[in-house]
Amino acid sequence: MTINSPLESHIVFTIGSVPVAQPVITTWAIMAALVTGSWWATRRLRVEHPSRVQAALEMIVETVTVQIRETIGGAPKPYLPLIGTLFIFLLVANWSSLLPGVEPPTATLETDAALALIVFAATLWFGVRALGLRRYLATFAMPSAFMLPINLVELFTRSFSLTVRLFGNVMSGAFMIGVVLSLAGLFVPIPLMALEMLTGAVQAYIFGALAMVFIGSAISEASDNQQGTPA
Amino acid sequence: MNWIHIASILGAAIAIAIGSVGPALGQGRSVAAAMDAIARQPEAANTVSRALFVGLAMIETMAIYCLVIALLLLFANPFA
Repeated sequence: MTINSPLESHIVFTIGSVPVAQPVITTWAIMAALVTGSWWATRRLRVEHPSRVQAALEMIVETVTVQIRETIGGAPKPYLPLIGTLFIFLLVANWSSLLPGVEPPTATLETDAALALIVFAATLWFGVRALGLRRYLATFAMPSAFMLPINLVELFTRSFSLTVRLFGNVMSGAFMIGVVLSLAGLFVPIPLMALEMLTGAVQAYIFGALAMVFIGSAISEASDNQQGTPA
Repeated sequence: MNWIHIASILGAAIAIAIGSVGPALGQGRSVAAAMDAIARQPEAANTVSRALFVGLAMIETMAIYCLVIALLLLFANPFA
């Protein structure tokens, strides 16, 4: 029995000199499905007599809004597109392994690294936007100047741990299902797949929640500073 | 199969076995503390469970690191 390495991805075809791997195709398919689905679902929005699709959508948006308001604090409007998209994309990507023949794109390290980079950039962006560049950089030396290296290291390690956490959880689930499937055929992997659905949903929530916590910490350092300095 | 392969497989197994003990203990303690807090203050259940989830994810990362080390030993070993 040979097991393919989960650290390498299968290259399907090349455009010019750019190799296109299987997770890239799956990611673009999921993106296309989400964009088309969103366009279709928001085509006819009505205030009176909302359709079932609209009610479901409003429930999702409302849940994410409440979470953002409780975690970050303040108006959730600037963060809603980012957090909502991350959560919905991750949920669909993690559950895409339920389709036969589809490997979840989040089970490869590169996809997770790209998503963590988005969160990293968003943290910097929201922090700078709330404080201005100079005062945001000053927050890295905030309790005292001795904390500067620790804060800088933390900035990178938490993006790394975000990557590895998502990769490890989703990949180990897919890996376990593959191993069990190769050992015992028909109905044995079904409980594992149910567990994997739960793990996928929890990981999507965790990723969104951690993105909110990181952004919230950048913002709250801002509000602490504003309280500290006399206006 | 030379001795580097054997050592890598043993190393991967030991990394997972020992590396999952600590996070399991830590997660058990944090869940117990969260249950205690929810039992004392049921109205704070939302806040407690959100903090619990984030904390569990942080603790779980330690076990995931061990898993990644084991996978590196098995599939991307620089010495084999």
